[in-house]
Amino acid sequence: MEILVCVRRVPDTSENEIQVNSAGDDIERDDLVYSINEADNYAVEEALQIVARVGGNVTVATVGGNDDEEVLRREMAMGANHGVLITDDAFSGSDGRGIATILKAFVQKGNYDLILAGIQAEDGGAQVGGMLAALLDYPFASLVNSIEVLDGKKLKVGREIEGGNKEMSEIDLPCVLSIQTGINEPRYVGMKGIRQVASIPIPTFGASNLGLDPSAVGESGAKVKRLNYFVPALGKGAEILHGSREENIDKVLELVAAKGGLK
Amino acid sequence: MENIQSLSQMTSWLATGRILFLLIHLLGVGCFAYIVAKRLAPLIRGERDFRFDQPLVRLGRVLKFWLGQWKHPRYRTAGIIHIFIFAGFIVLAIRAFSVLIVGVSENFVMPGLSGRAGPIYDIITDYAATIVFLCMVIAVIRRLVFKPARYAVPARYGKAHTADAIFLLSLIAILMVADSLFAAAKAAAQSQPGQSVESLAAFSLPWILQKALLSTALSTLGKLYFSAYLVHELTFYFLLCYRPFGIQFHVETSLFNIYFAKLDREILKPVRWGVSDEHLDQVKSFGVKSFEDFTWKHMLDFYSCADCGRCSDNCPANAVGRPLSPRFITVKARDYSFQHYPVLGRANDGRPLVGSKDSGSIYSEDEIWSCTTCGACEAECPLLIEYIDKIVDLRRGMVDDGNVPQSLQKPLKALESRGNPYGKMEKKKADWANAKEFQQICPVKTLDKKNGADTLYFVDSITAYDDRMQSIARATAKILNHVGENFGILGPAERDSGHEVRRFGEETLFMALRDNNVEAIKASGVKRIVTADPHAYNALKHDYKDVPPVEHISQVIAREVKAGKIKFNPVENADSVYTYHDPCYLGRHNQIYDDPRDVLDAIPGLKRVEMKRSRDRSFCCGGGGLMLFYEPKEEQRMGVKRVQMAAEAGANVIVTACPFCMVNIEDAIKVAGLEGKMTAIDLAELVEKQIASESQTVA
Amino acid sequence: MARIFTYIMHKGGAVDDTAFELAAAARRIDPAASPTAILTGWGGNLDDACKALGASYPEIWKIAIEALAYPNAELIRGALVKVLPSNSIVLVAHEHFGIDLAPGLSIKLNSAFVSDVLDISGVEGAGLKVVRQEFGGQVSAHVRCDLSSGAVVTVRPGAFKPQEGAAITGAVVDKSADVGALAAGRRYVETVVAEAGDVDITKHNILVSIGRGIQEKENVSIAEELAEALGAAVSCSRPVVDAKWMEKSRQVGSSGKTVKPKVYLACGISGSFQHLAGIKGSPLLIAINKNPKAPIFQVADVGIVDDILEFLPELTNKVREMRSAA
Repeated sequence: MEILVCVRRVPDTSENEIQVNSAGDDIERDDLVYSINEADNYAVEEALQIVARVGGNVTVATVGGNDDEEVLRREMAMGANHGVLITDDAFSGSDGRGIATILKAFVQKGNYDLILAGIQAEDGGAQVGGMLAALLDYPFASLVNSIEVLDGKKLKVGREIEGGNKEMSEIDLPCVLSIQTGINEPRYVGMKGIRQVASIPIPTFGASNLGLDPSAVGESGAKVKRLNYFVPALGKGAEILHGSREENIDKVLELVAAKGGLK
Repeated sequence: MENIQSLSQMTSWLATGRILFLLIHLLGVGCFAYIVAKRLAPLIRGERDFRFDQPLVRLGRVLKFWLGQWKHPRYRTAGIIHIFIFAGFIVLAIRAFSVLIVGVSENFVMPGLSGRAGPIYDIITDYAATIVFLCMVIAVIRRLVFKPARYAVPARYGKAHTADAIFLLSLIAILMVADSLFAAAKAAAQSQPGQSVESLAAFSLPWILQKALLSTALSTLGKLYFSAYLVHELTFYFLLCYRPFGIQFHVETSLFNIYFAKLDREILKPVRWGVSDEHLDQVKSFGVKSFEDFTWKHMLDFYSCADCGRCSDNCPANAVGRPLSPRFITVKARDYSFQHYPVLGRANDGRPLVGSKDSGSIYSEDEIWSCTTCGACEAECPLLIEYIDKIVDLRRGMVDDGNVPQSLQKPLKALESRGNPYGKMEKKKADWANAKEFQQICPVKTLDKKNGADTLYFVDSITAYDDRMQSIARATAKILNHVGENFGILGPAERDSGHEVRRFGEETLFMALRDNNVEAIKASGVKRIVTADPHAYNALKHDYKDVPPVEHISQVIAREVKAGKIKFNPVENADSVYTYHDPCYLGRHNQIYDDPRDVLDAIPGLKRVEMKRSRDRSFCCGGGGLMLFYEPKEEQRMGVKRVQMAAEAGANVIVTACPFCMVNIEDAIKVAGLEGKMTAIDLAELVEKQIASESQTVA
Repeated sequence: MARIFTYIMHKGGAVDDTAFELAAAARRIDPAASPTAILTGWGGNLDDACKALGASYPEIWKIAIEALAYPNAELIRGALVKVLPSNSIVLVAHEHFGIDLAPGLSIKLNSAFVSDVLDISGVEGAGLKVVRQEFGGQVSAHVRCDLSSGAVVTVRPGAFKPQEGAAITGAVVDKSADVGALAAGRRYVETVVAEAGDVDITKHNILVSIGRGIQEKENVSIAEELAEALGAAVSCSRPVVDAKWMEKSRQVGSSGKTVKPKVYLACGISGSFQHLAGIKGSPLLIAINKNPKAPIFQVADVGIVDDILEFLPELTNKVREMRSAA
């Protein structure tokens, strides 16, 4: 099975304190640590497990710039067979639809049975997977937390719905799935592996070899634009208890009893 | 002479069996040689291990640990019994040899024993055989009646080893009896009227048997003589050929195992011997993934285990119910090698070495991750078997395959991107020193091109970033200031020492952290390093090359106390009872036991008690570095057991000299429900609290 | 101003709060607007759901097709594309179905798309200005969405308060005939219900709920002891389940259980909206967290800045004292 996983390099939320910069037009990027979007990593692991079961290849691709190559290399160190950087100045400022349009052009250059993406990026809108599917006219499922290959033509997938329940569906190949975190336990990518792929050449694709009209993508094609970042003024919020721990405990028990909590 | 005559007469009794005996010799020796060759086969396929250097030092250690049985008395009863058995075997070796030859070469007498030495040797060996026999009886009784706990085999490891032990002990006893009967029959025959009595050692086993045989007919004696010889020879060769099939192989391998034992315990095995760090990219696969990836010496270790159980008896992971028992790391590998490289038949494909719990592999992943590398097992083992290198190598293999628990992946990723397992920002590494009030009383300079110093205070991650442990950093800085040390810190240029990163098998990441630090240390131009973190101390001392000498703060304080530069105020609470917990990486791994104790004893009025398990028998607090992130399957926390040990010793204050011990012990005090009854304090914190400032110096 | 539609999910003939929140959101886009609700489905359940909206929507479009009896995003998308006028603005709740439907719908409608909107500033020219969050809620952003070819907008549940308006009597319009043939490459098979687990947190009046702040599995017992003393149950947020410290059946949140206790103790929980989405009925929400900046303090009734690993055991002791004295 040929699997394409669309990945994104994002600031790592657990290792950074994300703050708005002084101009308010971006987050403060000095000192940020970047890594692969967590949900995308789960998607790559899932792809690797599928080809381990049924054979095939895993390609990871990202739309970005030279800095984004490092996540492609990391996923190749993890086991992905190919990495592709889709880059062009014309692509910058693309909105979700723009990214999906670019990816669609890339998908149509290849022959992929299955396309995976993480459910949402840290700075994204849980949209690219669904949009890509609609542009390609492929069936789609989001919030996927289990994948079973039924045969070369279809899969059985589980989706995470309310109450911890799981919605099972059959879906025809080729299709697009957006993957929920927790679907598997991603393998560790060690520094040795990363060093070993450090010099593997990574092919690039731009607007011309993808046959894309620059006005359809990038900033000019974007229908949705972020205007600024801000931190909202905090509202009234909770009544913070400022007493000693003992006093706070007493107050808590008083309030709980008043609500009929202690019998 | 009469003796010789008797001897001829004796040997004529054996003459009829000469061909048989010769055949048994040939068969026995041949089988043994064949078995040993088969046993050597996996070693030839094993990885290389450089163990041929410093032969004189190695011989010295053979004298100390093999001949001198140096470690055996750590378990007194078993130790003494074994020393007697071992001494008996050594003494009896020559006699055994003589006896074996006598059957085919009538007049054989061991060179050197033909004169006066002969009878003296015979008396010694008579007693030796008796003592060995008695030891066998005692050993059997111990196994069957007293059943020491460390011999027990937990269900998940299979059947008990008692039957096999009794079998072997019985065979050795039979050997002693046969040997004694052989001598007794001869002596009884000689004491027939008209013959001169060859003296047997009074009250020895042969002597007793001789007395019993005094009135036996000569022909019967002849048959007994013959039978005893045959039984002796058969038992001897049976044991010789049987030993390589079990734990008794240690009889043959122990000398070699100790000769080839690691000379410097603290230097971890490199990824591959003979491959320097710069050339490591040529090594495709790191670590031990299959049995053949073990070095030949590690395989020899597996053969040499005597199943004594002392390692597991002292293993803290084993004590708290983690799935790790060092004894069975060795036993399982040995059994595997016996199955995988059988004496009869060809080598066959083995099961995978490491896998998940139900996968049927030899070791489970949790088993290998459970080890805190405390070294208690290695400190105990009388055969100097090495465990830590094997665990690290197995971890390297799992890391290479991406098989790392999710709980460890996050801190490893953080170490890679931020240089510390907490993911905190590099620029905040010196924040502990930058609080205004602290800066005013104790300025701490960050070393850079403009600011140099003689001494580097290497803080390391937990002490720099953890809110609670930062007080250890501040105390250490204050102490260094007090003694007039010209010191500085690396601040944001300092990365985690990488001590646990290496011991958890991520060698490449460790090298990146190490190289970063070495460059920063060299750039700072310092001449020595001080740290309050024993893990950093161990790394800087043994894992890093080309860095200035390093000391732990307890060594500095002890020296300054002795020099009179630090004086102490008396303790405030005269009722507190203190006990010192030896951190594994300060005590057992680096033998720094006395400096912290001397410091505590220099504090006036400080009452100190010693826990039963202290010094090199200290009980690990639970481990440090990455071990704090691992989620083990255990019945209890190591720290809780340790805190209970402190309470048992009558202490209500635990003093330790390691920030990881502090985390684990303070946590354990809460979990054990001893809050308010037990407290913990770091040595540096205590010293800083008790230091008498110049104006307060108590005369 | 383009026509505004809200797509309404229903189950067993009932709709949830989001149906009315979407109407409120629509009015924020255009105060003068009368949003039209669209529902798809089949049979009596669909009719009941339409009826439930009658008091809040002036017009309700019903698409009754047997193939839509179980909501299939691809089929529904096909249906909506047939009935929606061009350049419409469509609002959908940002939960598991909306996430499945909305992005693809925006492509087929050739409209702009913006998701998980928390607040709507209004329309300026041809652009709709909204507020979203990024980086796990650490920062907010103003986003402009071009309306010239319509827009599909998913709205965060609970972000907009349903308005009490004048009583309306909404008319149900049957649009089923306009739909025509529908096809999809995905077919519903079955729903696997989450394992019941030993404790049903939806039935408890007091919940001691733990989050990442509990730090490790062994500390869960601290919460269990408090729960036992209080006669409560322990529930948790998603990270605790992901780390396998508690079972999924204990999870409160949009992908877990919805609970309606009288008292909810949020211990070491940061307060992500997915978690809060699972708490209904306005309980007394007491938050204990080491981090004074934790978002939970914005929504809690009472807040205590303290270490739960120390606070909870002391609270447990006090409760036990009180009980033994009583």
